[in-house]
Amino acid sequence: MFAITSRRGWWYVLSLALIVPGVVALLTGGLKPGIDFTGGSLVQLRFEQDITQQAIQATAVDAGYPGATVQLTEDRGALVRTPPLDVEAKDALVDAILERSGPGQELSFSTIGPVVGAELTRAAAIGVAVASVLILLYVMWAFRRMERPVVLGLAAIGALLHDALFILGLFAMLGHVVGVQVDALFVTAILTVIGFSVNDTIVVFDRIRENRQRHLRLPDAQRPNFEQTVNFSANQSLTRSLNTSLTAVLVLLALIVLGGPTIRLFVVALAAGFLIGTYSSIFAASSALVSWDRRDVPRIWERFRSKLTLVR
Amino acid sequence: MRRRQSVTLALIAVVFGFALYVSLPGTPGLPIEVAGRDLSDLRFRQGLDLQGGLHVRFQASPPPDQQLQDGDMDAVKRIIENRVNALGVAEPLIQIEGDNRLIVELPGVEDPEEAIRVFRQTGQLLVINTGFEFIDEGTLLPADPSQTVLRGRDLRDARVGFDSLGAPMIEFDLQPDAANRFQTYTASHLNEVLTITVDEVVISSARIEAAIRDSGVIRGSFTADEARNVAIQLRYGALPVPLEVVETLSVRPTLGQESLQASLRAGVVGALLVLFFMVAFYRVPGLVAAAALIVYASVVFAVFKLIPVTLTLSGLAGFILSVGVAVDANILIFERTREELRAGRAIRGAIESGFNRAWPSIRDSNISTLIICAVLFGFGSGGVRGFAVTLAIGVAVSMFSAITVSRNLLRLTIAWPVLTRPRLFGAGATPGSDT
Repeated sequence: MFAITSRRGWWYVLSLALIVPGVVALLTGGLKPGIDFTGGSLVQLRFEQDITQQAIQATAVDAGYPGATVQLTEDRGALVRTPPLDVEAKDALVDAILERSGPGQELSFSTIGPVVGAELTRAAAIGVAVASVLILLYVMWAFRRMERPVVLGLAAIGALLHDALFILGLFAMLGHVVGVQVDALFVTAILTVIGFSVNDTIVVFDRIRENRQRHLRLPDAQRPNFEQTVNFSANQSLTRSLNTSLTAVLVLLALIVLGGPTIRLFVVALAAGFLIGTYSSIFAASSALVSWDRRDVPRIWERFRSKLTLVR
Repeated sequence: MRRRQSVTLALIAVVFGFALYVSLPGTPGLPIEVAGRDLSDLRFRQGLDLQGGLHVRFQASPPPDQQLQDGDMDAVKRIIENRVNALGVAEPLIQIEGDNRLIVELPGVEDPEEAIRVFRQTGQLLVINTGFEFIDEGTLLPADPSQTVLRGRDLRDARVGFDSLGAPMIEFDLQPDAANRFQTYTASHLNEVLTITVDEVVISSARIEAAIRDSGVIRGSFTADEARNVAIQLRYGALPVPLEVVETLSVRPTLGQESLQASLRAGVVGALLVLFFMVAFYRVPGLVAAAALIVYASVVFAVFKLIPVTLTLSGLAGFILSVGVAVDANILIFERTREELRAGRAIRGAIESGFNRAWPSIRDSNISTLIICAVLFGFGSGGVRGFAVTLAIGVAVSMFSAITVSRNLLRLTIAWPVLTRPRLFGAGATPGSDT
C-alpha cells in the first residue's frame, strides 16, 4: 500500500506547480479566443512543396490583412486566420498565397461572422454556467448518504476546478508560446473533462464511504482512523483509476498521432484532462479530505501566527 | 437459474446479430418503415466535414426602410431552394433557423465558391413567349433571349389582388419605357402564352387576353399565399430581403475523405490497444471484456445508423473516446473481483459480488458524463453536438455491454474449470490488498 494521504503536503506542492504557471499565463492574456468567438476566417491550404510560415504571413500582410496569423501543419499544410472574409476576398487571398508559395490547393474555408461569434461566446458561457450548477447539484445528490456530504462535495468541486484550471492554464501557455487559439471544441473538452473528473472522484469517495461503514463496525482497537480509511480507499481505487485513464489516453493518443490536424488540439485537451483528473481524484481530493479531518489549515495557521508573535 | 441464463445469452446473441447486420457496411437494411423513416437505406450519415461540402448560414438584413415580414423567410427559402435545385446537388438541406436565418447545406459539393455565387446572385426574372404552350410550374426553362419579352428591371411593382370571384391573382405595373414596348408586343401576340420564370424556373404561364399597357394581371391556379410569393419574386426579381452570410464552412471532399480515413485508422488502432491492454492485464475476464467491446462497437454503430446520427469529425472522436471509456465499467468490476479473490472467495462468488458491488459506482459515475453531454447538446452547435451525441450513446450502450454482456459471458466462461484459476484472473500480488 502506498502512503498517499500522509504525503499530502507534497501533492499540494505538485498541484500548485502544475497550476500556478498556467494561471500566470492566463492572467497575462495567454488564452487566445479563436474565430468561433471573435468572428473571423480560417483557410486551410496544402502545398506541393515545402513552405515557410514567413512567406505566407508576408503575403497575407501585403494583401491587406496585417493581423493574419499563419500556422504550419504536417503534410506541408498551412492554416491562415484572418478577420471575416467573403468568398471573393478569400479567393483573392488564396490566389496571392498560391502565386508566391504555390502550387497548392485550398482544403477548407470557414468564416464565422462577428454576430455568430458573439452568440457562440454567450452560448458557451451559459453552457458552462448551467453545467456547473447541474454538476454541483449532482455532487450533492451523489454524496447525500455519506458522512459530511458538504466536505466531500467541496473536495469534488475543488478537484474539478483544479482540473479545469490546469487545462485552461496549459492552453494559455500554449497560446503564449505557439499562438494556439481556443475554439468551441476547447470548451467542450473542458466540460467533458469536468464530467469525467467528477466521475473519478465519485468512484474514490464511494469507496471511502463503503470502507468507512465497514470500518466503523470493527471493534475500537482494530478500527482504522479516518485518514487510514481514506488512504486505504485511495489505494484500492488506484489501479482502477490508472487503468481507466490509461485506456482512455490510449485511444486519445491514437487520435492525436493518426487523427489528423483538425481536431488534434481538442484531443490533446481531453487527454491532458484525463491524466490530471486521475491524479486529482486519487491524490488531491483524498488529501483534501484528510486535511479537513486533521484541521491542517487551522493548525498551520496557528503555528504561523505563533511564529509571528515570537518574531514580534 | 441455468435456464434463465440461456435465455439471456440467447437475447444477447440476437441483439449482437441484429446490431452486426445493421452496422456492417453495405447492409441491405430492413424492409420496414419506423416512424416515417425507411430502414432499407442504412448508410452512415456523414457530416460535411467528412464527406466535404458547403454549409452557409444566411441572415436576412433588411435595409433601414424595410421590415422583415411574415412569410419573407419562407419566400427566401423557396427561392434558395430553386437555385440549389438548379445546381443539381444530392440531398441538400435548407432550413429556416429562428426568425431571420437560413441554413443551407450542400453535401459533396466540389466547388463551394461556385455554389455560393449561384445562390447569392440576384434572381433573374424573365417573361418569355412560349407560343401556345402552357408550362407547368417548377419546370426548368432555359433563358432564350429571342423570345424574352420582359426582364425583372422592367417591372415597377407587383402585388396580390383578387378578381370579381375572389380568386387571388397577381397585379403588376411596368416601368414607363417598358410599358410602350409591352403594349405593342401584346397587341400583336394576342392569345399566345407568356411564361414567367425566376432563375429559369417556371412560376406561371398565362394567356395574353388583351393588349397590356402599363399594368396587368397574372391569373393562375394559386392560393393567396402562393400569389403573394410570386408577387414578391416579381417585385424583387429575387429575394424579398437581402441576405448576409454570417457563417460559412466549406470542405473539399478530398479533405473530408482524408479526415474520415484518419479517424477510422485512429479508432481501429485505439481499440486494438485497449483490447490488448485488457487481455494482458486481466487475462480471462480481459478476453471477455474484449468480446463485450466488440458487441459494444456493433451496437453503437447500429444505433448510429438507426437513429440516424450524422457523424462528424468530432462525433467520431466522441465515439473513439467512448471505446476507451466503455471498458471502465469492466475495469471497476474486475478490480472488485480481484479483491474478492485475494480475500479468499471462490471464483463464482467473487465474480458475482464484483458485479454487484461495482454497479453503484458505475451508475453514479456515468450520470455525470451524461449530464455534461446533455448540456453540450443543449448549448452547442455543429461539432460540439456531434461529440455530445456520440459520447452519450457510447456511455449508455457501455452500461449494457460491460454489465449484461460481460457478466453473462463470464458466467459461461467459468463453466470450464480450467479457466477458473485465480492467476487467470490477474489476481497476483498487487497493492491494495491487505485489510
